Amino acid sequence: MSKKILINGREYEFEENLTLIQALELTDIEVPRFCYHDKLSIAGNCRMCLVEVKGAPKPVASCHFSLSDLRPGPNGELPEVLTNTDQVHNARKGAMEFLLVNHPLDCPICDQGGECDLQDQALHYGINKSRYKENKRAVDNKNIGPLVKTTMTRCIHCTRCVRFTSEVAGTEELGAIHRGENMEITTYLEKGMSSELQGNIIDLCPVGALTSKPYEYHARPWELRKTESIDVMDGIGSNIRIDSKGSEVMRIMPRYNEEINEEWISDKTRFIWDGLKTQRIDTPYIRENGKLIAVSWDRALTLLTKLIKKTDPGRIGAIAGDMVSAEEMFLMKKLMEKIGSNKYDCRQDGSILGNQYGRSSYIFNPTIAGIENADAIVIIGSNPRMESPVLNARIRKRWLTGNLNIYVVGQEHDLTYDYTFIGDSPKSINLKNIPLNGSKNIIWLLGDDVFLRDDGMDILSQVIDCAEKTGAIRDDWNGVAVLHKYASRVAGLDLDFLPQDEKHTAQKMASSSEIELLFLLDADEIDAKNKHTVYIGSHGDRGATNADIVLPGACYTEKNGLYMNTEGRLQETNRAVFPPGDARDNWKIIVEISKRVKKSLNYTNFEDVRAGLRKEYPIFTNINHIESDTFQCLDQLSDQKQKLNGDAFSNTITDYYLTNSIARSSKVMGECSMQKNSIEIKNG
Amino acid sequence: MLKNEDKIFTNIYGANSSEISAAIRRGNWDSTKTLLSKGKDWIIEELKASGLRGRGGAGFPTGLKWSFMPKEVKDRPHYLVVNADESEPGTCKDREILRNEPHQFIEGCLIASFAMSANVCYVYVRGEYVNERYSLQKAIDEAYEAGFIGKNACQSGWDFDIYVHHGAGAYICGEETALLESLEGKKGMPRLKPPFPANCGLYGCPTTVNNVESIAVTPEILRRGAEWFSSLGKPNNTGTKLFCISGHVNTPCNVEEEMGITLRELLEKHAGGVRGGWDNLLAVIPGGSSVPCLPADLCQNLSMDFDTLKELNSGLGTAAVIVMDKSTDIVGAIARLSYFYKHESCGQCTPCREGTGWMWRVMDRMTKGDASIDEIDMLQEVTKQVEGHTICALGDAAAWPIQGLIRHFRHEIENRISK
Repeated sequence: MSKKILINGREYEFEENLTLIQALELTDIEVPRFCYHDKLSIAGNCRMCLVEVKGAPKPVASCHFSLSDLRPGPNGELPEVLTNTDQVHNARKGAMEFLLVNHPLDCPICDQGGECDLQDQALHYGINKSRYKENKRAVDNKNIGPLVKTTMTRCIHCTRCVRFTSEVAGTEELGAIHRGENMEITTYLEKGMSSELQGNIIDLCPVGALTSKPYEYHARPWELRKTESIDVMDGIGSNIRIDSKGSEVMRIMPRYNEEINEEWISDKTRFIWDGLKTQRIDTPYIRENGKLIAVSWDRALTLLTKLIKKTDPGRIGAIAGDMVSAEEMFLMKKLMEKIGSNKYDCRQDGSILGNQYGRSSYIFNPTIAGIENADAIVIIGSNPRMESPVLNARIRKRWLTGNLNIYVVGQEHDLTYDYTFIGDSPKSINLKNIPLNGSKNIIWLLGDDVFLRDDGMDILSQVIDCAEKTGAIRDDWNGVAVLHKYASRVAGLDLDFLPQDEKHTAQKMASSSEIELLFLLDADEIDAKNKHTVYIGSHGDRGATNADIVLPGACYTEKNGLYMNTEGRLQETNRAVFPPGDARDNWKIIVEISKRVKKSLNYTNFEDVRAGLRKEYPIFTNINHIESDTFQCLDQLSDQKQKLNGDAFSNTITDYYLTNSIARSSKVMGECSMQKNSIEIKNG
Repeated sequence: MLKNEDKIFTNIYGANSSEISAAIRRGNWDSTKTLLSKGKDWIIEELKASGLRGRGGAGFPTGLKWSFMPKEVKDRPHYLVVNADESEPGTCKDREILRNEPHQFIEGCLIASFAMSANVCYVYVRGEYVNERYSLQKAIDEAYEAGFIGKNACQSGWDFDIYVHHGAGAYICGEETALLESLEGKKGMPRLKPPFPANCGLYGCPTTVNNVESIAVTPEILRRGAEWFSSLGKPNNTGTKLFCISGHVNTPCNVEEEMGITLRELLEKHAGGVRGGWDNLLAVIPGGSSVPCLPADLCQNLSMDFDTLKELNSGLGTAAVIVMDKSTDIVGAIARLSYFYKHESCGQCTPCREGTGWMWRVMDRMTKGDASIDEIDMLQEVTKQVEGHTICALGDAAAWPIQGLIRHFRHEIENRISK
């Protein structure tokens, strides 16, 4: 229902379910606020957003006052809201003065300086001198872990952090103790926070009470160059902003995208940046007498050319890693084909999920935003909290609104919401066990660990069968959802970066002696034995350590590239800084190799590469678009005879903080991992 | 002076036993079934006609408050919550009711719950009231045994349960929504209004929160009729009221009196007069620590009722009369109240959290004369910045005593500063 109201004398019409602050935002009238945040519950405690409502005895907090509570005047006049009266100005000025009386004047040494809500709003709503002559309050700092630095004297008690942890993160770790002016935000027993989303409280904190510990005293916000990009730490491709200074990434911040990450990012996404600077390969290496020695590009490439030429093309293979872009896989595939090999795979974890049943068999069909329309979720063989904390927060958000049944088949984990455990093996996936009666929008969420099992495709087939029987596959809803852990996987499947023969899957190529030369394109999670390996990538991790030739490449903050997230949504990274030392863009390295072996890929610049990719695979054309697919091929799958075995599901992520080569190079991630493990040891 | 037969609380001093047999002899639980059989609407109309105003401090008409509850019970149950978290300094009337007249109160709970279609009533008793809690619980057990409450209470066909919950001693839990939060097991922090409890209260269900005294007087009002109650007192300030007289009087006491009795009569008839005689009176806080004080010259013919005191920029509040004679350090006394409010502020909203501490610190310096004259105006401004800008009324309660002091005793502060 819409409602007419007067705002500062002008008539407006709004939906009745809005609060005043939302309505005022629609009219572009600025309302100062500290505690209000549109993704959190309403606290109404900062008292900055007070406005005058005609007829109300006191000014009202616009953040919680609903338009439906506005009453018409005694003669039926329209309800009137005033935001520019003396009463309003004085109320805000008063609230601002109170916030400042106990807030330290340490802006010059505060990391929030320059992007501080209190600083900004004090400029507009504050008074220019202090009347407070008493001593200011001092509060002990709390040690809440390696990620968030606390300076609690600066706290203005808006409780955004408390509301975030209890509502969005679902961990109930922060709270306020004591009363009145002695109130303190704390983790109660001063323990480290365990949430994978805790970094978001840094963004939420309107003052400098909670700041980033790794970023401490690193840079000022106005010195930073801001590049909009996406994250590759997990499969959902959270939208990020990379803040860099000179040639260094200084920090990573979330970017608002309601479809994917709203405004949250996981801690791995946010704090990975120190890993971008350590263990970097900045020059080519070749192995001589068992040792890697630094050499020039020319020498490394000459050696590589020789190797390629003397190897039978049928014995050359390539494996793409989990963070490579579509363009790189596209070029690698082209190179392999030119050389004369069809042995390449993008599934170094050993997944058997292919693309033979069409796109809807391997993407997250209901979409992440679609989780909010679900009324039942069946989680199979997945731990979404570890595999994608932001997506897990979306499930929790939906769960908090009620009427959502969640069932788990697989390992039991603390997922931050309640669920019904059905069983631990695929045998439990049948409609007799899962009470889905009456649910309309069902999501069948499959972790990609499911496809590490021999019966992975049978499980998928069984799930699709169940989904069809429960009406979860129809024109307006496809509830089959594969949650990928890896940023490059969906693009790899779309590109058909897959072996023609089951004998040539990534793991078989790595272990068999049939392959003599193996390209590892940023692939670090696989051990290649008894062969020459060429590692093209950014970090000196497992892949480079065992390689015979190491070619230094760029990582995701240093290149432009297309990625498909788990929904099948196309997104792109943008270069924020250049790769260090002699490292080059991966696409240039692959093109250079092709020239050396006289099988030239005719691309002179990156635009050509992308155009070539789009010409062959038009699916990579529309950024932020999900190419829809017919679901018919799912029918074929559901008709397959299923051979489910009784082995229990297991999840491969044992340490959330150390899942890829960048994370393993990060000191901060290492500290997080240590803290988490010590908590687990303590708790037995 | 109130005639003995018009008194509602006949055992307020505990001269007789509080047990059920004695209570029945005093007239409690008399024809309760008949009262209930007259119906919900009759009860609410009768209360409206009686002009009873809430005895917890704000003076909101009780009958009107009850009528805000939804008429029909729909998907959510209704609740009656009784606020026995009596913590306002100077106030100790509910304590005596719980101690000595628990059956009068329980009967009131039954009637009020019935009138608002609530089957369950919670009584939130102040943490420090240990014996009172025992006394109330004993009375509840007796009433259950006698069949007055429980299933088919008083054979009226109405099921009614009553639960006693004790607080942990926080003043703020006497604020109705903070009380509901506390009762739900959360931190006692006031809720944002609207929605009001009648719409969304305890566990999100329609709830009415009433003071102990408001509830305890209802059975007598209904038995004797609205006309009797409204014939006492003054128009719009009807009936009798328990006054708690403390401070510099010869015999501090609780006493039930007619509304609108003059302060002088109240003090001289019941409390043995002001220490050192009426002329020795310096000031009076007429309604519990949160209302502004009144100097002696305004007290000469002061009528103790809601409207008169409101006109004088003070309030009847809980009718806790705190008397201060000329030996009082009035600035120090108000500074002590400021400390109390600073200590009891819940810390949720900014003006109260920061303002109460600021006001107390300035008051503390002013007590010693360690301040400048222009700080008096600043203090006044700060109280105005707190007042009306907070979530609940605690901010107002912290500001008013200081405003009263500055209004009436500014010279006293100035004298100290200039000394």
